[in-house]
Amino acid sequence: MTAPPPAHRFTRLGRLVMDRLNAGITPYVVSMLYLGLGTALVYANPRSLLAFLCFLSSALLIYSLDMDRRAKIGLGVVITVVLMPVIGIRNISYLEVIFQISVFAALGLGLNIVVGFAGLLDLGYVAFYAVGAYLWAFFGSQQMFLLHEIPGTAPAGTPFFLPPDTFYLFVIAAVIVAALAGILLGLPVLRLRGDYLAIVTLGFGEVIRVLANNLDKPLNLTNGPQGISPIQRPTLPGPLLDMLRGILDPLVGHPVSDAEFYNLFFYLVALVFVVLVIVVVRRLDDSKIGRAWTAIREDELAAVAMGVPLVRMKLGAFAAGASFAGAMGVLFAASRTFVSPESFSFMQSIGVLTIVILGGLGSIPGVILGAAVVTILNLQVLQGLSLYLSELRQSDAVIPLINFPWRNLSNQLDPAKYQRMLFGLILIIMMIYRPAGLIPAARRKRELQKHPEDEVGAAAGGDTGASSAERGASHGGK
Amino acid sequence: MDFTGKSAARGLGNSLVVLRELLRPLGQIVSCVLASSLVLSLLMLAIAYALSDSAVDQACVKRLGINLFSFTLANLPQVLVDGMTIGFVYATIALGYTMVYGVLEFINFAHSEIFAIGAFVGVEILIALSGAKYLTGISALAACGYLALAMLAAMVAAGFTAVAVEVIAYRPLRRAPRLVPLISAIGVSFFLQDLIRLVESLTTGQFHRIIPTFGNFDQRLSLASLSLLDVKMDISIQVKSIVVIVAAVCMLVGLNYLVNATRMGKAIRSVAQDQQSASLMGININRYISLTFLIGGALGGAAGVLYALKFTRIDPFVGFFPGLKAFTAAVLGGIGNLPGALLGGIVLGMLETFAGAYLSTFTMGAAGAEYKDILAFAILILVLVFRPSGLLGEQVGQKA
Repeated sequence: MTAPPPAHRFTRLGRLVMDRLNAGITPYVVSMLYLGLGTALVYANPRSLLAFLCFLSSALLIYSLDMDRRAKIGLGVVITVVLMPVIGIRNISYLEVIFQISVFAALGLGLNIVVGFAGLLDLGYVAFYAVGAYLWAFFGSQQMFLLHEIPGTAPAGTPFFLPPDTFYLFVIAAVIVAALAGILLGLPVLRLRGDYLAIVTLGFGEVIRVLANNLDKPLNLTNGPQGISPIQRPTLPGPLLDMLRGILDPLVGHPVSDAEFYNLFFYLVALVFVVLVIVVVRRLDDSKIGRAWTAIREDELAAVAMGVPLVRMKLGAFAAGASFAGAMGVLFAASRTFVSPESFSFMQSIGVLTIVILGGLGSIPGVILGAAVVTILNLQVLQGLSLYLSELRQSDAVIPLINFPWRNLSNQLDPAKYQRMLFGLILIIMMIYRPAGLIPAARRKRELQKHPEDEVGAAAGGDTGASSAERGASHGGK
Repeated sequence: MDFTGKSAARGLGNSLVVLRELLRPLGQIVSCVLASSLVLSLLMLAIAYALSDSAVDQACVKRLGINLFSFTLANLPQVLVDGMTIGFVYATIALGYTMVYGVLEFINFAHSEIFAIGAFVGVEILIALSGAKYLTGISALAACGYLALAMLAAMVAAGFTAVAVEVIAYRPLRRAPRLVPLISAIGVSFFLQDLIRLVESLTTGQFHRIIPTFGNFDQRLSLASLSLLDVKMDISIQVKSIVVIVAAVCMLVGLNYLVNATRMGKAIRSVAQDQQSASLMGININRYISLTFLIGGALGGAAGVLYALKFTRIDPFVGFFPGLKAFTAAVLGGIGNLPGALLGGIVLGMLETFAGAYLSTFTMGAAGAEYKDILAFAILILVLVFRPSGLLGEQVGQKA
């Protein structure tokens, strides 16, 4: 067994600081000051990663401080709708980062239903994302008219099959289609044990990817490995853009282009999706269905004995998780105007799983934090390191002590390509030292408070789903 | 684990038992190969016969100039030999999965990377030997000797990596719920993939390797040529396929001997059956679990070199599909069951080769060999739905 987590000693100090911070109007002052500081820093240095992190962490601070709920929501709206567009258009990569965080947060929340609530490990989650993406990619591009062509780029002058604004319809369609795909996957695998289920879902993810790769014959449905492009984006209303230009141009410092407005648009849509998903997931978690999922996770046999309809609930978990991924897939296809099978590899599934594990299984704020941390590590920190290394390579510097010139360093040594190592390390370390995640689920917290003597054992024993029952079962007869 | 060698305890040191434990697996292997090739060939020929004069048949005549049945028959020997070769590689990997599952009831997801590490160590050694001009103009025997050296090194490296992975990433989680070590294993798998890539790209800037050509491994031996129903069949086999089969058979026999006829094997079997009781009988559980990982990892590493020999090009992600297929093979044969893993591996290898060779023609070009990678999953799902304990029945300890 591992030693109890070292967090113990720090919690007392942390609690002391938090008590100070949470007294009277202090939290309001502190969060406003911090947010102001972050905004000013990013506004002054649009290229600085640290300033951006400072700005982003203000959201975390606002979440963790003890404030009036309305004040928290108000501040959140100010950050996302007022500050972020201005900051994001000044440096468009920030909007991209937030967009990706939102997409991964929504995916993570969907996977969280399957893995965190119902305890079914799904390693092929990205398949549903692919289903949504290819759905819009097929109907929102010229592919319908190229069914009998050899895969390749669309010849000029091919009309689009559907008008661009059917995008919104297809978001709803993707929810339904992906949910059906989830049920389709769920039906044959319902009886399987946890680890077999994981491998079979992995297989399902690979099947979808291979199909996307090879369904360019006999009918050219997916255009093969080249992927489908261009895919339409919904139209933006002209008068509204002109009005926004009037407000944004002076703040941003340059005339805002249409491409930048599209970035802003997809950022806002992704945000709306995430908020919707959060609301749905919270309501589900607190509902009868959510309790049934928890019961299944804790002990399937006992749940059935208590009258939980196992088949319906498990299928429901698969369908609900898949539907979010389907909707996000449509958004992804529209925002990239391009999909290819490469975007839906096994690594993407593991990336989403990493987000859920890092944040905390079954924990909604945890998953969002996990999405933010993983995406920033991936997009900002690793890429920053890559840039730094390539600069070093172009300079005359040598590595001290061993006298090795940076220039001779292999081009393959590019940190941005080592996402697998990052995901792998996060998974191993979290499983060994903090299996409940950065922000453990509320239900778990309540359990821990009820039985303080269990706390050390549960944390060190590597207990994801608080399944003390399963733990008991695995010790059965001992 | 397999418990058919009941008398191993009584007759330890008895040469009759030794002989039996060496011959029995050979018998199993021969019967596995014969049975699966016979069943699959007859099935394929029956389908081809049933489809004669259909649209498929006409398309085949138009494209290849012979009818479907003759096409099937003419390709059969080659398909069987290829299927057997790849089947033995899968079987060797599957043994690693099945041993660990038998002992810990846990899918060692990182086994595919242990396999890749073995492949890289072996190939790197051969590249070094080739660079030092040891491999030019040598006899067939010397070539096999060098290959054996590379395999030995790969087995040592892969085996000890597997043990290290167990100690670092699995042992602290042994009492956790089932999914926790699985997620940790996925983490290890991803970490190792990039670690191999890092190490390999540091030296040359390339992260794939190609096994050097040496000896006469690429030569094709023509065994026989016979006419059956007016169809001329050439039976030939590449030297490297023979090497792969012989090496795999030696390892399978050796493993069977180790598990069923030695004191160590008995201890491993007892740990697999009931850890608590085994520990009460004075068996150091942790040591034997590590030993299981060592043996499984070593087999995986050797399989990696054989895979590299057969397919020549390897990269850090090479283990993914063979690993998944080997796991499928283990489940197909019955997880925890050593002869089962053998049977599953061979059946899966054959099925895959059949799909690769015939799918395109039988579907008139709509679905080709590219679907053979997902065939394994279809089989896995079918097995798990209709016969979750596999063909020969699963044999795992009394844990739950």
